[in-house]
Amino acid sequence: MTIEAPPAAGRAVEEEIAAPPGRGGSSRDRLRHGALAVWSALALLYLFIPIFIVVLFSFNDNQGRFNFTWQGFTLRHWTDPFADPDLARALVNSVEIALISMAIATALGTFMAMALVRYRSRGRSAIDFFVFMPLASPEVVLGASLLAMFLTLNINTGFVTIVIAHVMFTVSYVVVTVKARLEGMDRHIEEAAMDLGASEWTAFRKVTLPMIFPGVAAAAMLSAAISFDDYVITAFNAGQTQTFPLFIFGATRQGVPAEVNVLATMLLVVVLILMGLNVMVQRRLARRDRAAQPA
Amino acid sequence: MAATQAEADIHLDGVSKRFGDMTAVDDLTMSIPRGSFFAMLGPSGCGKTTTLRMIGGFEDPSEGKVFLGGSEVTQLPPYKRDVNTVFQSYALFPHLSVERNVAFGLERKKVGKAEALKRANEALELVQLGHLGKRKPAQLSGGQQQRVALARALVNRPRALLLDEPLGALDLRLRKQLQIELKRIQQDVGITFVHVTHDQEEAMSMADTIAVMNGGRIEQAGSATELYERPRTAFVANFLGISNLIEAKVTGDQRVATHDGVALHAPECAGLIGDVQIGVRPEKITLILDGEPVPDGSNVLRGKILVAAFLGVSIQYVIQAAGGEELTVFAQNTDGTEAFGAGREVQLVWKPEHTFVVQRG
Repeated sequence: MTIEAPPAAGRAVEEEIAAPPGRGGSSRDRLRHGALAVWSALALLYLFIPIFIVVLFSFNDNQGRFNFTWQGFTLRHWTDPFADPDLARALVNSVEIALISMAIATALGTFMAMALVRYRSRGRSAIDFFVFMPLASPEVVLGASLLAMFLTLNINTGFVTIVIAHVMFTVSYVVVTVKARLEGMDRHIEEAAMDLGASEWTAFRKVTLPMIFPGVAAAAMLSAAISFDDYVITAFNAGQTQTFPLFIFGATRQGVPAEVNVLATMLLVVVLILMGLNVMVQRRLARRDRAAQPA
Repeated sequence: MAATQAEADIHLDGVSKRFGDMTAVDDLTMSIPRGSFFAMLGPSGCGKTTTLRMIGGFEDPSEGKVFLGGSEVTQLPPYKRDVNTVFQSYALFPHLSVERNVAFGLERKKVGKAEALKRANEALELVQLGHLGKRKPAQLSGGQQQRVALARALVNRPRALLLDEPLGALDLRLRKQLQIELKRIQQDVGITFVHVTHDQEEAMSMADTIAVMNGGRIEQAGSATELYERPRTAFVANFLGISNLIEAKVTGDQRVATHDGVALHAPECAGLIGDVQIGVRPEKITLILDGEPVPDGSNVLRGKILVAAFLGVSIQYVIQAAGGEELTVFAQNTDGTEAFGAGREVQLVWKPEHTFVVQRG
């Protein structure tokens, strides 16, 4: 996942900065800058309040089945977050599904992107279209049609069908991300590797993969995140298997245990760390690539 | 071209390459002798790079066969061919240090890592970059990157080195310098160089043999002198240097008449009949004022000076010939006299053996 400011907002900021001083006086400029700052703060607040509430209510000393009103501070939910065995099972399932489908989708999607960028085959635009379709079609439709397919083929829904479904729609994200990276790469570099005695596979391993690695890593993280997060498609194809989103959704009907907040907070921390790592890696690779442009 | 297939390092036999409806290379047959510096020269789109890529294994010929050192390699992938390429974009591996770039080919041949690095550094010494081995390619200038690409190819001691416009991305001064260096390295290592370029001066200054390509075919191949002094087609005459071409007819043995009826002596016109063009290089022509005597046996055309430009080492004249065409004349500034002024009537005089004749295209 590359972390980017929304383009429109970024441009607005640039224009503000680029606006020539003088006309309208500096007080008006200051006013505009101030207004922008307040506006940005409000937007960020809007984005982060729900997350803040989730974290806060993991420390709520709630009585009864609901965790919606603040009743005082406690650490008791943190002492044993995996107390509910169903919740723990659901979380483990989600992590496993995310990792397995990430591995499959990343491998599959990377090679598909290679094929689409490197080979001018006849059906290329058709394949491009089909790769893009899962991104554009409603999840309800995807989920329902996958279920219909599994039923027709007499496959029992469960862990395996969730993985199959997740690979199916995350692979599109991988293809799109890796393709963008490959298109920016001088294809003579691969030819140079083969020219110097590397077989196709060695050239891929020693040259292409290290060069497109930022794209592949971003794609892998993206697909894991989407898989972990998915509710709709999973709900259709889960059978008896519980995932973390399914568990939470089910739990809200009888009252949400505060352990959900605890686990969500833990996940948030993990995700923040991963995002930080991602930004660091991307920056380093970007520096390497920027420098790679011939003078 | 004289080399037989046995002593040829690289031999193409009836090779064609089509991309859809477009024929990039058209039934090309040629031999490149061992140890020669061979240039393929032509405008962009003439098929020279495609030909090189077929030798390197990056394109499959639509028809015909490719031989390296006498054995057929038409179907072999690049990594099974004993040739190495220097790409126009250099195509260095940005994630590897310079010495690892150069060692890449040796590592693929299972040369030990220490030995590979040692030889890589020797190759870098050869191109005078021994001190930059630890850097990343991005930290080098364009000219340095070009030398790394050269070292990376040469270190494998290939049968032949293929150079695809290797100096195209460099500025003029650096290009001149590297032309000389390339020639020196080729003489040092003694392997066959096949050089693709659109720069006639580059080809003439470096290559033993130049093949001028146009429309997927070789128009003419030979030494720079042969191509310059005795071009066989109008395309070659115009692509190498400046030519004065005049429409004419063959009238007899070694005799031609220009379209406006001037009889000229052309010893080179053997085998040609009917409509031709005769040509003469600008520096071969001497200007003599109207009415003054000319040496016996010379070819003479009459004309009027349109422009006289003093360039120091020479004077460049543009002259309107009596037949209407504009001809260029370079007069060596050997005695420091004033140039003839514009508007003067002059005689353009040259020796018959300097006349070349091409079939009208």
